[in-house]
Amino acid sequence: MKRNGLNTFGFLKSDRRLLRAEPDFRPMARLLQVNWLYVLLVCVLAGVGYIALYSAGGGSAKPFAGPQMVRFGFGLVMMIAVSLVSPRVLRMAAVPVYLLSVTLLALVLRMGHVGKGAERWINLAGMQFQPSEFAKIGLVLMLATWFHRIGNERMGNPLRLIPPALLTLLPVLLVLKEPNLGTATIIGVIGATMFFAAGMRLWQILLLVAPLPFMGKLIYSHLHDYQKARIDTFLHPEHDPLGAGYNIIQSKIALGSGGMWGEGYLHGSQGQLNFLPEKQTDFIFTMIGEEWGFVGGVAVIALLGTLVMGGMLIAIRSRNQFGRLLGLGIAMDFFLYCAVNLSMVMGAIPVGGVPLPLISYGGSAMLTMMFGFGLLMSAWVHRNERDPGTEDDED
Amino acid sequence: MFSRKTPFRSRIRQKRQAEPVRSGRGVFTRRALLVMAVQAGVLGVLGRRLYNLQVVDGGHLRQLAERNRTSKRLLAPARGTVHDRFGVALADNKVSWRALLMPEETTDIPAVIERFSQIVPLDEHDRARIERDLRHVHKYVPVTLHEFLSWDDMARIELNAPSLPGVLVDVGSTRLYPFKGLTAHIVGYVAPPNEEDVVKDTTLSLPGMRVGRAGIEQTQEASLRGEPGSVEMEVNAVGRVIGEIDRVEGQQGEDVRLTLDSVLQQQVLGRLEDRVASAVVMDCRNGEVMAMVSTPSFDPSLFDSGVSHAQWNEWASDPRTPLVDKAVSGLYPPGSTFKPAVALAALKSGSVTAQDRFNCPGYYDLGGVRFHCWNRWGHGMINMREGLKFSCDVYFYEVARRCGMDPIKAVGNTMGLGVKPEIELPHVRSGVIPTPEWRQKHGFHWNGGDTVNAGIGQGFVQVTPLELATYTSRIASGRNVQPHLLRATNDQISTMASADDVPKVDLPPEFLDVVRGGMFAVVNDQHGTAPKARLDLPGIQMAGKTGSAQVRRVSRALRESGHFNSMNLPWEYRPHALFICFAPYDNPKYAVAVVVEHGNAGADEAAPLAKLIMTDTLLRDPASDVRPAAPGMASSVVPNAAPPPAGAEMPSAPAETGTSVPTDPPVAQTQPEPGAAQ
Repeated sequence: MKRNGLNTFGFLKSDRRLLRAEPDFRPMARLLQVNWLYVLLVCVLAGVGYIALYSAGGGSAKPFAGPQMVRFGFGLVMMIAVSLVSPRVLRMAAVPVYLLSVTLLALVLRMGHVGKGAERWINLAGMQFQPSEFAKIGLVLMLATWFHRIGNERMGNPLRLIPPALLTLLPVLLVLKEPNLGTATIIGVIGATMFFAAGMRLWQILLLVAPLPFMGKLIYSHLHDYQKARIDTFLHPEHDPLGAGYNIIQSKIALGSGGMWGEGYLHGSQGQLNFLPEKQTDFIFTMIGEEWGFVGGVAVIALLGTLVMGGMLIAIRSRNQFGRLLGLGIAMDFFLYCAVNLSMVMGAIPVGGVPLPLISYGGSAMLTMMFGFGLLMSAWVHRNERDPGTEDDED
Repeated sequence: MFSRKTPFRSRIRQKRQAEPVRSGRGVFTRRALLVMAVQAGVLGVLGRRLYNLQVVDGGHLRQLAERNRTSKRLLAPARGTVHDRFGVALADNKVSWRALLMPEETTDIPAVIERFSQIVPLDEHDRARIERDLRHVHKYVPVTLHEFLSWDDMARIELNAPSLPGVLVDVGSTRLYPFKGLTAHIVGYVAPPNEEDVVKDTTLSLPGMRVGRAGIEQTQEASLRGEPGSVEMEVNAVGRVIGEIDRVEGQQGEDVRLTLDSVLQQQVLGRLEDRVASAVVMDCRNGEVMAMVSTPSFDPSLFDSGVSHAQWNEWASDPRTPLVDKAVSGLYPPGSTFKPAVALAALKSGSVTAQDRFNCPGYYDLGGVRFHCWNRWGHGMINMREGLKFSCDVYFYEVARRCGMDPIKAVGNTMGLGVKPEIELPHVRSGVIPTPEWRQKHGFHWNGGDTVNAGIGQGFVQVTPLELATYTSRIASGRNVQPHLLRATNDQISTMASADDVPKVDLPPEFLDVVRGGMFAVVNDQHGTAPKARLDLPGIQMAGKTGSAQVRRVSRALRESGHFNSMNLPWEYRPHALFICFAPYDNPKYAVAVVVEHGNAGADEAAPLAKLIMTDTLLRDPASDVRPAAPGMASSVVPNAAPPPAGAEMPSAPAETGTSVPTDPPVAQTQPEPGAAQ
């Protein structure tokens, strides 16, 4: 009982006593293995989302907050359910999930709903669905499975790295084609981080990084006009205060009007008066910053950071390469979402349609993120499964 | 214990199972920690940036936010109205409606415009303007579809509102001139401000603001315009008003009250009929202008909405110059109406006395040139009174020659001729009384002939009708009256300036008496030149002076052929007919000056008109200030319902009568007698 007992806060301290414990595969026992603190933090984040969306709805649960919580409820159940799934099953599912996500990406290019100049959405059984969100999960799962298969030893063989590189490039290129520069970059960075963490050799890394500046130039020349405009707008937002630069300027104004302590919940003038563009989706953080001030904004950033670090620690604590890479991939995905979104609303990087996970209003982002957290939690629940025939360096 | 069954396990892996390999966990942990450090760093940088934005730059950005939240809108002040002396509105404000289109509130703009045009027709010009506006303004800025909607149009738009998404009706104000052309030259008109005005005063960019472009509207712009108010409103990002925060009421423009009597003005206009003429009625005791008419006139309301090119060209090319106020800026040779001034100058200079008699044989020889009297048979030995009475040219040739130009100019200026009147109108011109120096300044030599010509108001002498009225007033009252149009602003009814307040003219009263007597004789004596001007009113007599000013030299051959009759000349070569008068003779109240362009003879054309106008004036006695028929002292003129008060005939806008010059001579002109002639 003690050995398999409720291990809620364990991810911060060593549980050496459990190290060589045989995993208990009974569902109830595994449910107890779920890191409930992390689940609690996820719920708190969703709660922050609810509060913010309630304000974005003009002090009403009606348009945004209510439906979002229903989705979160679904997502939470899904997260717990996925966390109980054995990594073996997940690895089995990796290839089909990856193929499905890539197929959906290809499909959206053919028949996607065009929104804001980009084909990003697909209509699945009446529900608007954004396959690029799903593709990230599929890629993380696929890469984790692949690196798990080859193990650390064979990372040194470049030939072994070519297939996962292609597997990464495929969704990146498809998303780039949509075109969605922001998400494509996020997918690429997730893949690269996973390559890095999987044990890619240093000489390989240097070989890849060296030509990047030239690549950058090449990519810029192939960017869409509106993507170039975004970059230009970011560099000179004041040139077009009512056009493309409007979002950034208004966002900064709203944040600034929040000050240290904020204008008070439901009293943010910019958000309540609709000066904030897309305040319930991409710019929800601005709304929080305006109403709750720097204090509230920093609290949210700290909460996000805690979730990212928690995810990374979960990854580190895993005793198998699959769990480690899965955890790292999901944590990285979450981190990149947060970082890109925050930088965007603070005017630090060009605007791209990247929501703030669990807080921004939107179904597919919420559900895919919760699915990802389920994978992360699965890595935690099954952290003590060792890769056969390997030995941890430090033990 | 690690022997889990893995269906995908590779053979290689099985082979290697014996010797454990490095799991890669150490590498992973190190690299994951590196990634975490980077992540923490990024989040830290973002937190730092948030601090900068919210706390460091907070104040500045908060100001921007405040600006975002509130929108200050200026409220156009109501323009002051213009009234006549009895409070009848001559320029008023009328509620009008304009249709606006909110581009953001409609998806199919062309369809809405199409449906709108079925209700209120839009011409090509309108459509082009709307399209241009739609391209240039932001989605939340309303575009004007149609200005100056009638009540019916407004009602129809409101009724069809469901099929016209984004169309809204806005209440504005337009300038209303109830009397149309009647006072157009005096009151002037307003027009939308041009770019230059807006640069000078940005409040003019407010919708509905107008700038006075002529007349009283122009000269009294400062008091008429008022101060714009402002309203500070809380607005959302699309500019929709959420609530009102602060409101500062503007200062309405001050009302302006004129000395005009609109009824008399109408009567005078009715008397002038379709002549190209001007007439000024002045209170000769204080210089108040009771009526000042210049025909033809124009409809000043048209300027409010912008005059069409066709209309403008029609006005501009009309030889009768409807846009010009002939009363203040029309320059005419005064002809014989100048003779009283010459007589006064001669008396003042002492070169001639009232009793000196000169012989008029019908002509006057000077330096080998023969100047004719208008009467070929001459007037015989006549004194000054008779000279005025007969309007004898030869008498005044001699007087002018003896007196010289300098006293004539000095006395003329004293009497208000050749001096720009200080009246509250723009584009007021000054007449000219020539002197040898003036002529030399222009590079010409002054001949003796020029002096004798000036003696009968010909040659280089030029005056305006307003100057003539002022001059007549000064002769009549002996006071140095200044013509003026403004009475009081803001509804204060000023009591008439008493005659005693006006200083006397700088001339001995006995000289004025001589001239007044001569002018009395012109109208009332047997053989006076203007018997047609004799008043039919019992006990009231009028004094006056005719004038016929040639606009073209009559050749000697033609004159001596004996067949000369100026009525046979084309209209534009006929002499101008002038008449000045004042009445009652024994206690002068009013002075009238009439100039009929190309009216041929003052005695026949202008004198009867002046008599009628003077009769109207005396019967009405507008300066008595106790008029029962003063409809509403305030700006109470109902829009669209300003019927001309009692008994006035109001001719339709003269511009509509056609552009052709009236070639038919006025009736009762079958045997005209040339008035003054060279």
